[in-house]
Amino acid sequence: MSMEEKITVRKQKVVKSHTRQKLFFFGGLAIAVLLVAAFAPYLTPYDPYEQDLSKALLPPGNGHLLGTDRYGRDMLSRVIMGSQTTIFSALLLVVIITIVGGAVGIFCGWHGGKLDAFLMRVSDIFLAFPGMVFAIAVASVLSGGVINAVVALACISWPKYARITRSQAMMIKHLPYISAAKLSGSGTWKIVWKHIVPNIAGPVIVTAVLDIGTMIMEIAGLSFLGLGAAPPTAEWGSMMSNGRSMLQTSPWVILSPGCAIFLTVIIFNLAGDTVRDVLDPKQRKR
Amino acid sequence: MEKLLEIKEIKKTFYKKKIPFVAVDNICFDVEKGECFGLVGESGCGKSTIAKIITHLITPDTGSVLLNGEETLFLRGKKERKLYQDIQMVFQTPQDSFDPRRTLGDGIMESMRNQGMKKHQAKERMYELLEMVELPGEFASRYPHEVSGGQCQRAAIARALAPNPQLMICDEATSALDVTVQAQIVELLNKLREEQGLSLLLICHDLALVQKLCDRVLVMYKGGGVEQGVPDEVIQNPQNEYTKILVDSVF
Ligand SMILES: Nc1ncnc2c1ncn2[C@@H]1O[C@H](COP(=O)(O)OP(=O)(O)OP(=O)(O)O)[C@@H](O)[C@H]1O
Ligand SMILES: [Mg+2]
Repeated sequence: MSMEEKITVRKQKVVKSHTRQKLFFFGGLAIAVLLVAAFAPYLTPYDPYEQDLSKALLPPGNGHLLGTDRYGRDMLSRVIMGSQTTIFSALLLVVIITIVGGAVGIFCGWHGGKLDAFLMRVSDIFLAFPGMVFAIAVASVLSGGVINAVVALACISWPKYARITRSQAMMIKHLPYISAAKLSGSGTWKIVWKHIVPNIAGPVIVTAVLDIGTMIMEIAGLSFLGLGAAPPTAEWGSMMSNGRSMLQTSPWVILSPGCAIFLTVIIFNLAGDTVRDVLDPKQRKR
Repeated sequence: MEKLLEIKEIKKTFYKKKIPFVAVDNICFDVEKGECFGLVGESGCGKSTIAKIITHLITPDTGSVLLNGEETLFLRGKKERKLYQDIQMVFQTPQDSFDPRRTLGDGIMESMRNQGMKKHQAKERMYELLEMVELPGEFASRYPHEVSGGQCQRAAIARALAPNPQLMICDEATSALDVTVQAQIVELLNKLREEQGLSLLLICHDLALVQKLCDRVLVMYKGGGVEQGVPDEVIQNPQNEYTKILVDSVF
């Protein structure tokens, strides 16, 4: 082994263990955020919905770490409670679009023909619209509510997944191992489920994890516009929207949910990046 | 001798950017029971296309493929799956013919599991098959990228043998291998032919190997069949212009 080879081998090892550490770190942070969201009702120091006008707009400190809003509700409790609504609806959204888009994409890629052409034109139409504008339109037609916001965003986001899985399925279906599976007597369902899905899962999972952050922002965005969670519900977007007029006088009302969104999105994006590095080391070089 | 497989006037045209390209042109031949039939020709003459037509991976434009006197080209669904218990193929690129995310053992067991065999039975037979192709049992848990080309080729042969087929198509099953491994595999195929009455369709561009193994041979050139006969005669006394060139280039 030449000196140069030794050096590159060593470098690869270092890079690998470095990726591991990053995965544990950011993955751990992401899981911590998810745990907070899951156990939110047990973690809040105060009841996030209890109003006490005598304590309205208290600045941070004095028993209220992040202050209170104009109804005297504890901001920290509301931010913790809001993580549940925002993060879980974003997760639900990502799961829905991964499954729906993935199923459409695999079907199109595998089947081909006219139905494929039709479905791909439909997805082109969705992709051609500016996403958020279309989501606002759909959400306002469906009227408010978190679930409707999720539906509206799902409508505009599935085509991306359909595209990815379609191109992968089209590439894989011509590979010899699919022919070999057919020769082993596996039917179409079995081939798709056992040989196609596992082989395209990697890039799809990476895209999905990277999308969690984006979806958190979009759900919060719709709520900010009044098209997501309805008022009393603690949700980061609508909390920011409520504090909008008080940005100068009591900035903590808008800054706490804002920072919560910022941190969560960053954590999920970095976690997504490391997942990609682990699952798909080739892409990192580009 | 009884005819196992009959190929009648099959023709296949591929379209590359709407320009027709005849890959297989009016090929006729038959394979008898227990026979080894060779298919030789230069690269790109349509040998793999014929193999894929026989195994239903490509549909021909015209012609028919009979197995034991029955048309197979129209079989679909269950009957098509039943056909794969009689016809098996070793692919030209063995390493690509195993799912990269599944072990070789999984690949070999797939057909047995699909036939409804219990898991432990399939596993037992899988180890028998590995022994037959002279691979140690530990290879069952290896992934395709963890084994050499020759080892993968033997696993592919084990997989093809799993359903006890009557006909095995070997698409250049030895081309990627060095001479010693090649000899081992050839020996194995010959042994199976004698022991199990297996018919072989050997696709190859090595005339020496064809002479050694095959009972009859069909020489192809640019999609068409140019000469058919016993290998010794074809090699010693080629009738066709192209066959002469092919023979001269080797011997
Ligand atoms: N799916 C396809 N679409 C278009 N053309 C094809 C397709 N498959 C094969 N061909 C063409 O048909 C011809 C025959 O291909 P085939 O794979 O049967 O050759 P071959 O005899 O097996 O060659 P080799 O010895 O290199 O394996 C080639 O010219 C190839 O380019
Ligand atoms: Mg070929």
